[in-house]
Amino acid sequence: MTTITAQRKTAPGTSRRSHVVADSITMLHRNLLHMVRYPGLSVFTIVGPVVLLLFFVFVFGGTLGAGLPGADPAGGREAYLAYIMPGILLLTIAGSAGGTATTVAMDMTEGITARFRTMAISRAAVLAGHVLGNTIQAIIAVALVLGVGVLIGFRPTAGLIEWIAAAGLLVLIAYAISWLGVAMGMQAKSVETASNWPLLLTFLPFLSSGFVPTESMPEWLQWFAQYQPFTPFIEAIRGLLLGTPLGWSPVLAVGWCVVIVVAGYAWSTAIYERKSVR
Amino acid sequence: MNRPAIAVHGLRKSYGGKVVLDDVDLTVNAGTVTALLGPNGAGKTTTVHILSTLVRPDGGTAFVNGCDVVRDHGGVRAAIGLTGQFSAVDKLLTGEENLLLMARLRHLGAKRSKTRVAELLEQFDLVDAARKPLATYSGGMQRRLDLAMTLVATPSVIFLDEPTTGLDPRSRHTMWDIVRTLVADGTTVLLTTQHLEEADELADRIAVLDGGRIVAEGTPDELKRLVPGGHIRLRFADAAALDAASGLLVESARDDAGLALTVPSDGGVSVLRTVLDRLDAADVEVEDLSINTPDLDDVFFALTGRADTKGTAS
Repeated sequence: MTTITAQRKTAPGTSRRSHVVADSITMLHRNLLHMVRYPGLSVFTIVGPVVLLLFFVFVFGGTLGAGLPGADPAGGREAYLAYIMPGILLLTIAGSAGGTATTVAMDMTEGITARFRTMAISRAAVLAGHVLGNTIQAIIAVALVLGVGVLIGFRPTAGLIEWIAAAGLLVLIAYAISWLGVAMGMQAKSVETASNWPLLLTFLPFLSSGFVPTESMPEWLQWFAQYQPFTPFIEAIRGLLLGTPLGWSPVLAVGWCVVIVVAGYAWSTAIYERKSVR
Repeated sequence: MNRPAIAVHGLRKSYGGKVVLDDVDLTVNAGTVTALLGPNGAGKTTTVHILSTLVRPDGGTAFVNGCDVVRDHGGVRAAIGLTGQFSAVDKLLTGEENLLLMARLRHLGAKRSKTRVAELLEQFDLVDAARKPLATYSGGMQRRLDLAMTLVATPSVIFLDEPTTGLDPRSRHTMWDIVRTLVADGTTVLLTTQHLEEADELADRIAVLDGGRIVAEGTPDELKRLVPGGHIRLRFADAAALDAASGLLVESARDDAGLALTVPSDGGVSVLRTVLDRLDAADVEVEDLSINTPDLDDVFFALTGRADTKGTAS
């Protein structure tokens, strides 16, 4: 009988660190393949916001737009389209978290996740695959929803710099929300309940300055609306695309993104270790 | 003495007050197959999960290839492959994509990945189905793909958790052949099974696990010898011969209706020879002879004390 020797070529720490990026890309590739082959969930994340957009603009838009501060009562619908477009874009991102959570929860029940854990793959890579995949999906959804907005008459006033900044901020927000979606999917006890938590996220754009000015809300709600992350997200995007005053909103938006990424990362990595085996 | 591929000592694990593993010791030498045999809930899967770093033990030590499963995850993971009870394949991808995924995660490099995947598809008879989605795969094909994925990086220790559960007899034999090939190539295999036949077919050593404890351990033959019930049955042409033989073999039990004698035996050749020699010397003709060695079913039920629940348990 021959003696089996350990087949490690490098120290485990160094070899694993250098593979995190490669493994993340492999995992991203896997998740993108899933999306391309089973586009059901992705389609849903686009159709939802588009339906809401059309609904708000064409059903409520005339009246709501006329009520906007300083709006011309005759051009209410166009004014309202411009007003809610940033909110709809953020709603698209928030809604994508539901798809993310469902995908992750499904994946955690699959034996393949247990297999990944018996292999020398860093957990960050497995999670990053989901996060990056869903960020890309959210960004595609945002672009398509924006396209629909332009089709029905949304006319941003942004220059090139503003567009780049807005795109960058949207990517960052989508990335942050994806981490939250992944963590929520990990936390879920079953696939069926996975989209419950993210559903709460989709309420946040409504409880912000996304659909009506916060000044029109009762005081207690105003307080919540002003201090939750979606208000600076929406104000920053609105400012960049339509030239409304930015104030501190870009700084707050980026700050919130960092907080959400850190929290989502810590939350999901903590659960990943103990959750892969059922 | 070589370092064993798997060395487990005093392993303990409980879930919420329910003891699943209670002081388990197990040694598996490199290049051998050990079967962990036991009924549902005996702790087989938990043992495999601990050894493959999926679950932390509460107590005791476990080393795989010399690496501590708690302290050196990386070392263990680099050496092992696990094919679990529940298929660990990506059902949304094709067979080939599944294998390529594993090859990439094992960092084989583009060229070697391709050749290795082609090799495995060939070896596991999956070439025709390689580009089809897994939804079209039969249970046997999925299991073969599962094992092929485990083997992408040629691990030196492989855990097979009930590898043939739910497979039809033909697929089961295919799986057995695959395991034999692996062992011939020097791989160490720890397999869990509820099928005594499977343990007998494949394993060099068998550990019987029941209620979280190893209740017996040894080669299949050693285990069979632990259990009384082995005997030689001799049938005679007439009552006279039966009488004569019965006089010669005092330890035998008589079956007048069947014109037969039952002589206790350990299954060894010497007992048989003694019996035949004695009958030969006295010129007693034996019409028919059969040797009954206890099979692993007898062993299993004798050791786990479940003989009377056999019908209800399954």
